[in-house]
Amino acid sequence: MQDSKKKRKKLIGNFQNDLYDQCLQFYGQPPLENISLTEFETFAVERLKLLKTVENVGVSCGKSSEQYTKKLDAEISSLNFPHRGGISEYEKRRKDHISHFILRLAYCQTEDLRRWFIQQEMDLFRYRFNCLHSKHKTDFLHKNNLKYETVSAEEKKNLKDKLIASSYGLSGTKVEEHDVYKVPFQDALDLVRTRKVYLLAGNAYIPHHEIVTIVLNDFRTRLSKALAMTARSLPAVQSDERLQPLLSHLSHAYVGQDYSIQKNIGKISLEQIDALSGKSFPLCMRHLHKALRENHHLRHGGRMQYGLFLKGIGLTLEQALQFWRSEFVKGKVDADKFDKAYAYSVRHMFGKEGKRTDYTPYSCMKVILSNPPSQGDYHGCPFRHSDPELLKQKLQNYKVSPSGINQILELVKGMHYQLACQKYFELTHNVEDAGFSLNHPNQYFTESQKLLNGGRDIKKEVDMSQRSQENPASVTHPSQANSKQAHEEMGDLDSFFQDE
Amino acid sequence: MPTSDYDPACLPDLLPLYYRRLFPFSQYYRWLSYGGVSKNYFQNREFSFTLKDDIYVRYQSFTTQNELEKEMQKMVPYKVDIGAVYSHRPSQHNAVKSGAFQALEKELVFDIDMTDYDDVRRCCSAADICSKCWTLMIIAIRILDRALREDFGFHHLLWVYSGRRGVHCWVCDDAARKLSVAARSAVAEYLSLVKGGEETLRKVVLSDPIHPFINHSLSVVERYFQQYAIVDQDILGSKESVDKVLTTHIKKDLTIYYQDEKNPMKRWDRLCSSIKKGGQYFDKEIMLQYCYPRLDVNVSKGVNHLLKSPFSVHPKTGRISVPIDLKELNTFDPFEVPTISLICEELERPTADEAEEDDVKDKENEQEAGERRRIRDYKRTSLAKYVKVFDRFLEAMARSWKGEMLKKSGELETSFSVFLTFMSFTYT
Repeated sequence: MQDSKKKRKKLIGNFQNDLYDQCLQFYGQPPLENISLTEFETFAVERLKLLKTVENVGVSCGKSSEQYTKKLDAEISSLNFPHRGGISEYEKRRKDHISHFILRLAYCQTEDLRRWFIQQEMDLFRYRFNCLHSKHKTDFLHKNNLKYETVSAEEKKNLKDKLIASSYGLSGTKVEEHDVYKVPFQDALDLVRTRKVYLLAGNAYIPHHEIVTIVLNDFRTRLSKALAMTARSLPAVQSDERLQPLLSHLSHAYVGQDYSIQKNIGKISLEQIDALSGKSFPLCMRHLHKALRENHHLRHGGRMQYGLFLKGIGLTLEQALQFWRSEFVKGKVDADKFDKAYAYSVRHMFGKEGKRTDYTPYSCMKVILSNPPSQGDYHGCPFRHSDPELLKQKLQNYKVSPSGINQILELVKGMHYQLACQKYFELTHNVEDAGFSLNHPNQYFTESQKLLNGGRDIKKEVDMSQRSQENPASVTHPSQANSKQAHEEMGDLDSFFQDE
Repeated sequence: MPTSDYDPACLPDLLPLYYRRLFPFSQYYRWLSYGGVSKNYFQNREFSFTLKDDIYVRYQSFTTQNELEKEMQKMVPYKVDIGAVYSHRPSQHNAVKSGAFQALEKELVFDIDMTDYDDVRRCCSAADICSKCWTLMIIAIRILDRALREDFGFHHLLWVYSGRRGVHCWVCDDAARKLSVAARSAVAEYLSLVKGGEETLRKVVLSDPIHPFINHSLSVVERYFQQYAIVDQDILGSKESVDKVLTTHIKKDLTIYYQDEKNPMKRWDRLCSSIKKGGQYFDKEIMLQYCYPRLDVNVSKGVNHLLKSPFSVHPKTGRISVPIDLKELNTFDPFEVPTISLICEELERPTADEAEEDDVKDKENEQEAGERRRIRDYKRTSLAKYVKVFDRFLEAMARSWKGEMLKKSGELETSFSVFLTFMSFTYT
């Protein structure tokens, strides 16, 4: 250990020695050295590949599962990023540092890019932090001046039972031996949201092994601020002709089909919708359509999810207004009330009211992760939000074979909701392999229509491994078809992004 | 106490009277100014009005209490909603550069609506409520009030009856008003236990370890469960209802027992004692599914979400959205809440003493006289006791504003004295 330390000192100098003496960092200071353009490009692309893996693996396996650990370990090693503190880590840590800052340039420009970047960097950070030994975690906290208030021994004793009842994996001995931190609840939102922490008088009591959540919160806040600042100084960077093409390539590679630009506008007639709902709608939309027909009403969540989907398949604003009005009028709403109360919201969806945002149809990720349905709602993802028994009955009603139903239920149990929907596609269309990776309801519709109309009457879509939405979706299992498309569309850069 | 029969057709006549003589403008203004600790807090607040014929106007804002009064008396809104405090005056939002007009602060709010319990109440459905299902609101208030105060450390909570089928909670602490969207949503999710829509049968799932919050909530529910669910709602009475309870947790041996035993209380006891294995909490899950508060997270999440204002009138029932005194919660009766027709009628009843006072006080300026008259006015009506609840709430908050102002002026004082000391050193 001593020899290599001396060696390093001779080659680089004290400043950088300090900077890279830890496996993990907060990326507080930008790198100050000069690097070649080749290194610039290689570093950026490799980190992007890493982040993409972080995203894919995070969705297809649970974030704390063994599979996740194994896959990420493998990817980090093969891409030469720092990992679990080895001896010759200096080069890797330098790469980690520089590549992070390069990607900040590429991903600071829009809200969606920032969100995606922050999410993956956080997942990566969490993973690496959790790999550290307890002592190294404490070292990290000290080195980065993260002083979280610790709870006194006496208070710990008084609250011991409550602490044990609130935190998973916390025993009496752990409470006594290790620190418990007290932070304002606003700094521990992830733990509060899932009720995995004890709250008293506005403070969250965090056991040592959960401190990563707090650190992550800190990480997110800092990175978010940094990205906003980076965006402001971006024009200066972009004026450098050497960098501009690379940076724009990097950020565009992950903006996928978002169905905001309607193809096939006006090609669907309202009379077709009932039939289409049975043949080409994904289960969530079929469910919503049925509920609408039966109850002559849908609540806000359902109107948004279904309304935007219909926009995505090509309904015009006039058609949409007619569609909703004719259905609501059959119920408790008279035409006048519809025009006053509901028409506004339909026009809003099409970007004709308010701040005139043209809302994009929801991706699967968004449907699965946000706004869960409650009593009286019909939106959401049936594979995620329905009781398995009811889901089974519904599939039986739709004449899905018993073995098919079992396969679907297995996937649901494993939390692979998009794969379950894909299986539903395969069973209802009588194909072995869907031939695409499902991550958007409109994609389901398009693919279904393609299949049923025997050919490609719809324009070829761009690589769909990313969504430019609130919760960027990801590929639940990379497929060859997507890689090929991406390659054709994106040119040379994409040779770095081949999946398997 | 009889509530004068309310007829929505009378609103156009009653509302002007209400806004001129009964609406507690000075307390309302005092509330929303929050002691003047932050500049322009009231001026940058968004109000929205629903006018006659369902005309809806947003981005209303006012510079003074007087302007608020005059506008409301002029426009005579059927419904008043309160929104966020923005970066600029909402009424001028079009003049602001796009993107610069932002919602900055707002109270943390909760909306408990009885329709969200339709799958578990048998006495009523949709917009109807009765004294039996009102218990659900009492349970909701007790659970949420405790949690917001003890777990989250909030102090200034205003509970308001919505006028028809629910209650609202306004958390007015400074820290609450400054919460981000993510924080609001985290608080709402922490407080949510009943999850799932039409398709979910088992809406509450408990597993070890049971969080202290859940235990606190259970102890409230347990106090009311037997009377409310077993007796009043009779959930273990009819076959249909029993089936619904039992499908949440399929227990075949119970079904057999129930064929012979018809007494609902005995059925419940049997259900509880049938839980043998540890880690199973069927009885608790059922109690929570039938009684635990159901919040709409979307209402609480948004900083710019508009919520019905306290003292607004409910156009369908005519009832005033009145503050609820938690000390009298057990005796609060939503059907005794005054309607606008009642209080307007009470206003018209003559009282001898006041005629003389009027002559004396004519010399005051108009606004003061108007206010004094208004204070006398609502005191003559059933609205009085509810305004008192509001007053007490304001008093408690005022003490905290005083603290804030002192802190701010204290900072000024310290820096001034440092300056003086520095000057004195410089000149020696």
